[in-house]
Amino acid sequence: MIDTLPPGLLLIAGGLLVPLLRGRVRAALLLLLPVVTLWWIWHLPEGAPVAGQYFGYDLVPVRVDALSRLFATVFSFMAFAGGLFAMRQARTVELAAAFAYAGSALGAVFAGDLLTLFVFWELMAVTSAMVIWSAGTQGAYAAGMRYVVVHLLGGVVLMAGVIAYVKTTGDAGFNVLDHPGAARWLILAGFLVNAGAPPLSAWVADAYPEGSPSGTVFLSAFTTKTAVYALIRGFPGEQALLFFGLYMAVYGIIYALLENDMRRILSYSIVNQVGFMVTAVGIGTPLALNGAAAHAFAHIIYKGLLLMSAGSVFYQTGNRKCTDLGGLFQSMPVTTICGTIGALAISAFPLTSGFVTKSMINLSAANQHLMLVWFILVAASAGVFLHAGIKFPWFVFFQKDSGLRPPDPPANMRWAMYLFSFLCIGLGVYPAPLYRILPYPVDFVPYTASHLVSQTQLLLFAGLAFFVMLPMMQRTLTVTLDFDWFYRRLGPALVRGGVVVWDGVQSGITRGAVGLYRGAVGWLERHHGLEGTFSRTWPTGSMVVWVAVLLTAYLLLEFLGVT
Amino acid sequence: MNGTHWLVRPKTIRWIWRIFIAVLALTVLAQLGVHIHPHFEVDAWFAFYAVYGFGTCVIMIVGAKLLGVVLKRKDTYYDD
Repeated sequence: MIDTLPPGLLLIAGGLLVPLLRGRVRAALLLLLPVVTLWWIWHLPEGAPVAGQYFGYDLVPVRVDALSRLFATVFSFMAFAGGLFAMRQARTVELAAAFAYAGSALGAVFAGDLLTLFVFWELMAVTSAMVIWSAGTQGAYAAGMRYVVVHLLGGVVLMAGVIAYVKTTGDAGFNVLDHPGAARWLILAGFLVNAGAPPLSAWVADAYPEGSPSGTVFLSAFTTKTAVYALIRGFPGEQALLFFGLYMAVYGIIYALLENDMRRILSYSIVNQVGFMVTAVGIGTPLALNGAAAHAFAHIIYKGLLLMSAGSVFYQTGNRKCTDLGGLFQSMPVTTICGTIGALAISAFPLTSGFVTKSMINLSAANQHLMLVWFILVAASAGVFLHAGIKFPWFVFFQKDSGLRPPDPPANMRWAMYLFSFLCIGLGVYPAPLYRILPYPVDFVPYTASHLVSQTQLLLFAGLAFFVMLPMMQRTLTVTLDFDWFYRRLGPALVRGGVVVWDGVQSGITRGAVGLYRGAVGWLERHHGLEGTFSRTWPTGSMVVWVAVLLTAYLLLEFLGVT
Repeated sequence: MNGTHWLVRPKTIRWIWRIFIAVLALTVLAQLGVHIHPHFEVDAWFAFYAVYGFGTCVIMIVGAKLLGVVLKRKDTYYDD
């Protein structure tokens, strides 16, 4: 029984308990739940026991293997650090929703059948929207609405795919989905919506930055990485993913370069990083899939760290725009150093987690002789340093002095940043424990002289490009139009235009009908009205005249002898 | 707290630039001693990663700038 009980339910139940508790008890619960969950995950036996049936299809709520355990492990890390970061500052509803969200993500990665997967998938959409809304601003409300619409749309596509796939194959198991047909493409599309793939990529940078300082930290971790997990599980080696992944990697850089809001910069960079992982799934070799999984693991930690440091700045200053920030290193040293460690890790500098994970992806492209893919990935690696590695810390903590002198954030927020900074460097210096829990055996050595020289050369010259081109990088008070323009501007405009046209048509029809009616009534009135030709009263006198005329005519005819 | 922080004084910044350029040179010169394992011939060329990293970044910045001409709007664009 305990083997088929999803560990994610513990976090969901714990999240529901949060509103009932206060103070130290609540803090203890928030820290204890992820630890117990982690213990639980690592004490589950490997396998996929059937728990029951649903319309004759086997339900496998808990499938334990290296891949699901890896993602569940890093999700538990994130729940712990996120809980620590948020526990004293976030609103109750946010903490409850965030833990339920983390639990749903755990449920999704342990799901051994498509039906269970779908249930947790939808639960994630709802709970994550609540995390956005709990920021309590008008902007968060609107962005959360758009977020929900996009994700429910993705959910409907996924559901259609799942039903059709299960029906045609007669098997609900969530394994490699290689049965050809439309159902397979629908499932892939459903997964890609959550990964932030084009054309709907805009939801990431639209919704995530609207969360509270801690809400965005939770949001960055689960939805997109659960999608990466689902792609690794269901679509390894799917060639179409190469296109989607490379597009995302480049899109993230270009939009982040144009962006002014620091948390939106980091959101675009989520799409960029997930692009690397999606590309790796498209390559599909064991090295590539290991790279995708390992990079997702490292990414959750350094992206969480980056958004914690951005969240600390937001919490302390109330500002999110680069144009309002700068010079904060003088009064926020801890936030600056931790943010910079996150920035170095995302850039894959030697001795950080990104260095030991992203290189697996790039190498796997080279090993398959995918020359174009490799060249784009290397250019995108340089671009990561440009848009996230330097741009974020430079414009927030250095550049011109904004005159703001806020102190570092409260202790629990600082400790969460220490913890993730430690992990970013720890995994980079000693990657062996991570390599041991990857889905395939690892035969990869990150620290070679060749790799060290090539990577530092690439990154430092990307840095040189940043400072040489700095005049072109100055921040402006702008947003950049994205696909969301279609549903935020064009759609409403079309509806408004349609309403205007319809109003015109309607009033035209009304006016025409009234005109026609009036015309008909007028005509009738003219001919049959009181003074009309056909309804005039004829005086008796004129009748007598006419009778006299007739009689006279008869008389005349008689005299003339006609008859 | 009087005056500017030592890290942002022009003198310090000049030194940071000098050290940065020295490190840049060092990463390229390191190739004299370290053979970079090539995947596709060109990537073993001398200073390939330096040129490629710098070049692609310049292209991305200029490309973003050009795209920005078409796609950038005031940040109050969606507020109404």
